[in-house]
Amino acid sequence: MPKQRVMVIGGGLAGLAATMKLAELGIDVDLISLTPVKRSHSVCAQGGINSVNARTRQLGDSEDLHLDDTVYGGDFLQHQPPVKEMVYWAPKIIDLMDRLGVTFNRTSEGHLDNRRFGGTLFKRTAFAGATTGQQLLYALDEQVRRWEAEGRVKKFESWNYLGPIIDDAGICRGVVAQDLISMEIRTYPADAVIIATGGCGLLYGRSTMSLVCNGGAVSRTFQAGAKYANAEFIQVHPTAIPGADKLRLMSESARGEGGRVWVPRTPHDERSPREIPESERYYFLEERYPEYGNLVPRDIATREIFNVCVHEGLSVDADRQCVYLDLTHIPREELDRKLGGILSIYEKFQGVDPRDEPMKIFPAVHYSMGGLWVDYERTADGGLNIGSPVNQATNIPRLYAIGECDYQYHGANRLGANSLLSCIFSGLMVAPGIETLLESSDDGTAADQPSSLFEGARRQRQQNFDALLKRPGGGENPYLLHQQLGEVMTRTATVVRFNKDLEQAYATVCDLEQRAAKCSLSDTGNWTNQNVVFTAALIDMFPLAKTLLKGALQRDECRGAHYKPDFAMPGLEATDPAERRRQAEAWCDKFEERNAKWLKSTVAVLDEDGEPQLAYEEVDTSLVPPRPRLYGLVGAEAIEEVWKERVAVN
Amino acid sequence: MLFDYFGGQCPPYAMSDQHPEIDSFEVRVLRQDAPGERSRWERHRVTYERDMNVISALQKIAAQAETVDGQPVAPVCWDSNCLEEVCGACTMLINGRTRQACTALIDRLMEDCPGEIELRPMSKFPVIRDLVVDRTRLFRALTKVKAWVPVDGYLDRGQGPLRSMEEQQQSYPLSECMSCGCCLEACPQYTKIESTQDESESDEDFSARKSATYDSAFVGAHAISQAVLFNTNPIGKFIAGERLDALTGPGGIQMCGNAQNCVAVCPKEIPLTTSIARAGRSTTLHVLKKWFDR
Repeated sequence: MPKQRVMVIGGGLAGLAATMKLAELGIDVDLISLTPVKRSHSVCAQGGINSVNARTRQLGDSEDLHLDDTVYGGDFLQHQPPVKEMVYWAPKIIDLMDRLGVTFNRTSEGHLDNRRFGGTLFKRTAFAGATTGQQLLYALDEQVRRWEAEGRVKKFESWNYLGPIIDDAGICRGVVAQDLISMEIRTYPADAVIIATGGCGLLYGRSTMSLVCNGGAVSRTFQAGAKYANAEFIQVHPTAIPGADKLRLMSESARGEGGRVWVPRTPHDERSPREIPESERYYFLEERYPEYGNLVPRDIATREIFNVCVHEGLSVDADRQCVYLDLTHIPREELDRKLGGILSIYEKFQGVDPRDEPMKIFPAVHYSMGGLWVDYERTADGGLNIGSPVNQATNIPRLYAIGECDYQYHGANRLGANSLLSCIFSGLMVAPGIETLLESSDDGTAADQPSSLFEGARRQRQQNFDALLKRPGGGENPYLLHQQLGEVMTRTATVVRFNKDLEQAYATVCDLEQRAAKCSLSDTGNWTNQNVVFTAALIDMFPLAKTLLKGALQRDECRGAHYKPDFAMPGLEATDPAERRRQAEAWCDKFEERNAKWLKSTVAVLDEDGEPQLAYEEVDTSLVPPRPRLYGLVGAEAIEEVWKERVAVN
Repeated sequence: MLFDYFGGQCPPYAMSDQHPEIDSFEVRVLRQDAPGERSRWERHRVTYERDMNVISALQKIAAQAETVDGQPVAPVCWDSNCLEEVCGACTMLINGRTRQACTALIDRLMEDCPGEIELRPMSKFPVIRDLVVDRTRLFRALTKVKAWVPVDGYLDRGQGPLRSMEEQQQSYPLSECMSCGCCLEACPQYTKIESTQDESESDEDFSARKSATYDSAFVGAHAISQAVLFNTNPIGKFIAGERLDALTGPGGIQMCGNAQNCVAVCPKEIPLTTSIARAGRSTTLHVLKKWFDR
């Protein structure tokens, strides 16, 4: 009888963590990746990875506070049990990565050094220079290479996942994939399939994401019947370097190490930044958020930077939007030791040394909090039942999702340095569940399934591919359509959203989708054809783009990264105590109403016509009761007072 | 990675051109349709924009898909992914120099050689198509030197060993190696190996034969440096002897001719020659020790 095998799609942090853990459990793994796994997008993560540590613990920190920061920062939209389990594992994950040889920065005594990140007041973040994602990925890549040398793991690099193979009973039995060099299409039977293919930044044209982050694998899984949740929650990172081909990330760690964001008080002040005296600089984050300063959660920092440039007209440059991110007050040696990696990126692309001159930065699309809908099995104390095959399972039996491409951990806004954690955690945690699944299987292995199932799936994908290659000439140019898609998405579905724009955008995207069906290829060959692969990926962007826009359109509220000024809840205006009290009461009433309606996950399925249909699911907030998110709001104390009274009464 | 385009268009907040005297430039690309096919030069004209790099020039070439003479052609193929010089994908020869295409800024290239850019695939690896090459051998070398920490397993065992700031600062630069292959391209001792699958040979057999061929040829500076990285790791050094065995066997460190090109071209400025010198001393001691222990 053939042995059971697991297929992992994607070789970033999550996929590699799952692969190595499955291998350790004695399970054979196949791993498909668009790129050599060492080149996955996880290398772009810079700042660090969060966990409670010995030092923060003695300052009053705990796992429960890490949980609180994460769900408060995420505006309570995530189910709390998986988050709780993750933050409790976090210290162990850091220890493991340390043992695997990650070159974390050290204190003078030789312990791991930590820095502060956004949305918390504790220094929880362990880091390896400013290339933490790269270092973590390499450690996992090395372990997987070790398992590969032992024959436990087989990697298929430069292969593209075309979709799951689902039998008549609706169970996933493997995948169809295509070799990006020979263009051969092949099937891989698998007893469980794990999707770990990251985010979908390419929907926006340019973002901080790598070129592989086109969302294609997730879209094809969605098209095969998997549910997709919270699509409208897209993180726009406050600080990126604008560029013609990419918006390059400038890590939050720059602010974690003391970097200050400011603009000249005089619009478009022509003096060099170093000649502008302190009194003529507007440190707007520090002034508006005295407690968190430059380290407010990302959605807030992004809106403030956007606002100061677009609405207040205080952009540093007159002809493009940007603000200063200033590190010049920090000693060079310290900058080199802790931030060298990101400073050299700025230097290489902008030709300016950020140790001498403040950097010019602007927000950019960065992360998708939403993703494939996955399940979990809760324990009585609010954690996860580790070893349950339900954990990280999609709605299609035997099909799983982990890492950025699941929706589970970050709610409406992700805190910095929590994503490396959620990727490694979900990867490690899915493995024992799959072990249980495989042990309890009594319907034979995937390889025992009728060959017609696999051949049928292969033939279908082959026909689609051949049809694409044979498109008549003179049609639409896929590269230009992608550019137009990116423009409309960036204009309407990023920092500030309006219903009339979203409605128009939806119509535009539907139009682009129809035009994409008439794309012509400039390369019709059958060898390493990047043109056809790009066109296929473009076509697969539309279901996700439409789901995102529809989710944003329907959600008439502000929550985390999803901000609609028409539904904002501004602070209190009254100064008279009684009136202020009344306003605070009204604010809290409105907050309760809003939560009753919108504290729900958006869950999408595609109908027969390929249109997304949305439903809303309750969120498990049983561990940390939702409360108003009051960072920097005028009248926060009054609202908090009223809220505490209400909680006490209930 | 084999994905080729990104909706590159000047952002709405773009400034005016930095090089107003240039409105376009020519890109000469050495193209090859498949392994074993003849290569040929092809010329493309690209409109100049501010903040361009070689990747955005290639994106424009892909979108226009015609030569300078207006001949329709298939888009040029190339490898790229992160576009910020941390993934190692986009190595190619740009004006004869091995480097990453993402950090090759058009403004700088125009200063050195106004109006024209020449792109060729790396010469030490088999061409798959155009600028895309097969760097499997580079990763195979990491297996050969066991570039990993041999931990017992992934269950919780408490924190790792304490390490000094100084040790971290020595190891960190070595751990930044992104397997781009620049050091190998520049190395006179690293020569191209191109194998072809026999018709009767299965994929597995072919792959095994390729690996065996790779293992007997020079491992390269990147792998030597990784061996040093893991031999100085407090747990990694438990199998230091096995790594040194790999470095003293066929294709080992003795093949290094000390040309020092590797360190000169490394985009991450990794002290590769220092690593080679350290590995050289360790292997000498290792061989002597083994000889005395016989």
